[in-house]
Amino acid sequence: MTDLVFLIPLFPLLGFLINGLGWRTIPKNIGGIIGSLTVLASFAISLGIFFEVKDGTSQVVPLFDFIQSGNLNIPIAFQVDSLSALFLLIITGVGFLIHVYSTSYMHEDEGMVRYFSYLNLFVFFMLLLVLGANYLVLFIGWEGVGLCSYLLIGFWFKNKDYTDAGKKAFVMNRIGDLGFLIGMFLILYHFGTLSYADFFGTISAGTAPVTDSVYNWIAICLFIGAIGKSAQIPLYTWLPDAMAGPTPVSALIHAATMVTAGIYMIARSSVLYNHAPEALHVVAWIGCATAVLAATIALRQYDIKKVLAYSTVSQLGFMFMALGMGAYTTAVFHVMTHAFFKALLFLGSGSVIHAMGGEQDVRKMGGLGKHMKITQITFLIGCLAIAGIPGLSGFFSKDEILASTFAGNKAIYVLGLIAAMMTACYMFRVYTLTFTGKFRGTHEQEHHLHESPAAITIPLIVLAVLSVIGGYVGLPAVLSEHHLLSEFLSSSVANAGSHHLDHGTEWMLIGISSVVAIVFSIAGFAANRNPSFVPNTGLSKILENKWYVDELYDAVVVRPLGALSGVMDRFVERMGIDGLVNGVGKTVRWSSDRVRLLQSGQVGFYIFVMVIGITVLFALSFFWIR
Amino acid sequence: MDLFEILFWLLTITAISCALGVILSRNPVNSVLFLIGTFFSISGHYILMNAQFLAIVNIIVYAGAIMVLFLFVIMLMNLNADVEPQKSRLVQFAGIISGGILFLVILAALRDAKINGELSKTASDIGLIKNLGKTLFQNYVLPFEVSSILFLSAMIGAMVIGKKETTPSPVMMKKNPNQN
Amino acid sequence: MPIQYYIFLSFALFCIGIMGTLMRRNAIIIFMCIELMLNAVNLLLVAFSKMFNDPSSQIFVFFIMVVAAAEVAVGLAIIVMMYRKVHSVDINILNRLKH
Repeated sequence: MTDLVFLIPLFPLLGFLINGLGWRTIPKNIGGIIGSLTVLASFAISLGIFFEVKDGTSQVVPLFDFIQSGNLNIPIAFQVDSLSALFLLIITGVGFLIHVYSTSYMHEDEGMVRYFSYLNLFVFFMLLLVLGANYLVLFIGWEGVGLCSYLLIGFWFKNKDYTDAGKKAFVMNRIGDLGFLIGMFLILYHFGTLSYADFFGTISAGTAPVTDSVYNWIAICLFIGAIGKSAQIPLYTWLPDAMAGPTPVSALIHAATMVTAGIYMIARSSVLYNHAPEALHVVAWIGCATAVLAATIALRQYDIKKVLAYSTVSQLGFMFMALGMGAYTTAVFHVMTHAFFKALLFLGSGSVIHAMGGEQDVRKMGGLGKHMKITQITFLIGCLAIAGIPGLSGFFSKDEILASTFAGNKAIYVLGLIAAMMTACYMFRVYTLTFTGKFRGTHEQEHHLHESPAAITIPLIVLAVLSVIGGYVGLPAVLSEHHLLSEFLSSSVANAGSHHLDHGTEWMLIGISSVVAIVFSIAGFAANRNPSFVPNTGLSKILENKWYVDELYDAVVVRPLGALSGVMDRFVERMGIDGLVNGVGKTVRWSSDRVRLLQSGQVGFYIFVMVIGITVLFALSFFWIR
Repeated sequence: MDLFEILFWLLTITAISCALGVILSRNPVNSVLFLIGTFFSISGHYILMNAQFLAIVNIIVYAGAIMVLFLFVIMLMNLNADVEPQKSRLVQFAGIISGGILFLVILAALRDAKINGELSKTASDIGLIKNLGKTLFQNYVLPFEVSSILFLSAMIGAMVIGKKETTPSPVMMKKNPNQN
Repeated sequence: MPIQYYIFLSFALFCIGIMGTLMRRNAIIIFMCIELMLNAVNLLLVAFSKMFNDPSSQIFVFFIMVVAAAEVAVGLAIIVMMYRKVHSVDINILNRLKH
């Protein structure tokens, strides 16, 4: 089965080529079927791979040489082990459901085939990212998913705001990618290789002639890349804007898969991060700050997708907290459960937006539960899961994260608990505003309310089931001897020293988080039963305006840069460079105007000049140069 | 000063004065005759250097065939001293000066060069037709064959160029009105 | 006989050829001056052949003669053509290179 691993990214690439080359001629239905089937085929092979690596085998499958120069040899090779197999299942599985969903959601859009080609291209690059056996292949996928994200955010490119959002995402990712590149160069410089096996082997053996600070710098540079891709402070502002794209895209790229690439990369580099304790502290604190900040913003947003976007940022912050504690498997566990329930929530919100005819403002919704039962129930399950109600997937993974922070750093634990509290609160606020109470939209919209077709509801139901049961692969130690997921991942991810809490403490932590989740879910429900949308004042106004972070960036970075560019344009570009270039042209023109007179056309004169030239050359070579 | 040196100086003076005659005489026919004189004295040098075969070839090919061709052309065009175009004094002076400077530069360069060769006055047989033939057909067969192709193409080329055009080609007709 | 004598003689002839090319306007005379320069080179080659006792350079003299003969055949044909067109062999008339 591992021999067939190259087929996994190949199928989506084929789908991209077919749909991309024929987007004018292929009918919409066919394009959707091609897009979905290619991902389904990849999913089937991924399942085979998954059962193959279950026993902990880890294998590098070389495909062909990519860069071969002197001592540097970077092949295109695929790493097949438990970590990549798990991500393959998440990407292709959730990806397939979202493709199916899109066939219905995008059906009215004239660019549907183009949309599916982008989506397939994204799946291809994402698979390349998790399959690569060295940092360069990972980086190719990394850039590729960034490109697809840009294309899909700006999918409705006739709206300038949407294309601006795409550009914002691209530029912010660039900043992070620079850090990632520098990290790769540092690895190359100090270790002369980019392949995981060689690099981690050298680190584990301890034979590398480098100091601890080198490990820390490499780890921090790579983490900067993760900050950009996974939307952490200070580069998180692109993700909420990225909601400009179609909703399934938000579900697949900006919730379930691409934004978790940073977590994948750090989990993959666990050996490196275990040698870089300072970098781990940075990771933990940035994750913690992001989790709290994004959660506060989500409390006062009115756009249903914006709430989910900030919730995603906050959940990513949780994952980085876990990474910072050295609990890599815990972070991957949360990636998995988050992929289920956040994709579910996004798809549910897509169903709502579909029914509302494009309206995203929760102030204009309400009482939708009467009209769309399936969407309501699945959305509720998603809310319960993300809020951390005991028994659902989100509870187990979030509890594990909080337990690891409790063992590692009490301050982070408290902040994480506050973020979890706010999570329950804002999710139930959205749920209540959307599905209960009285309808607040126009009469015409109410007339059109309807349950979405099967292609939309079936993925919702599947994801709802997964959101419920997904957590049972990682039961806490007090409930089960075997943590299935971490046993599965142990062959490819090395957790930093395990924090064994005694059972009493663990029961206490479970109790605290359960109580917090339940109490604040009810609070969020109760507080929004009878909403009155008066203009916000004070802190609420600040939260509604996202702490004015965008305005701050605008004032601190964008405007000064704009002013500098203006100065550069006026003086350096116009006067300096243009003057130089035009000056060269003018000089040549003027002088050739004079020199042209030498061309008399007289052969005799030409010979004369030739003789003079020969004489001068002779004289030069004999008397001066010698 | 033995006979060899006497002959050397004699031939040298003849060659240079005849060469000067070529460029100074106003009548082209005289130029041709001076040039033939130059060739003869160069052939004399060849004989002094035991290159007898080359000397004969030089006289037959250059002084005989090529110069006769020149004479034919001059006769054909009926050129003489009266119609001979003359350059202005300034241009002539510039020509002489620049040629002389080139000569001086090369002489000055060679003065320092370490060329310590002596031409033996004893006879050697490398210039004999037998040795030259052996060298030519052993080491230089390919250039020899290539030069025959060159000759052939030059011959055909000369005929094509010199042929009188009976009907002007369309290209020429198009260009004629634009001539200035 | 020192080789320098022959070198000087060859260069003298060569430079006379160059002067002639520069001074005269008659295309045929210029042609003859070029022949003179070729012969100067031939003379030098033969002198070196004698000095090093090597027949190869005499073979080169043959090839130079071959090229010169071919050149004269084509060149004179061109001059004849030119005379037919403009009824002159003055190279100053031939200033078409200007355009």
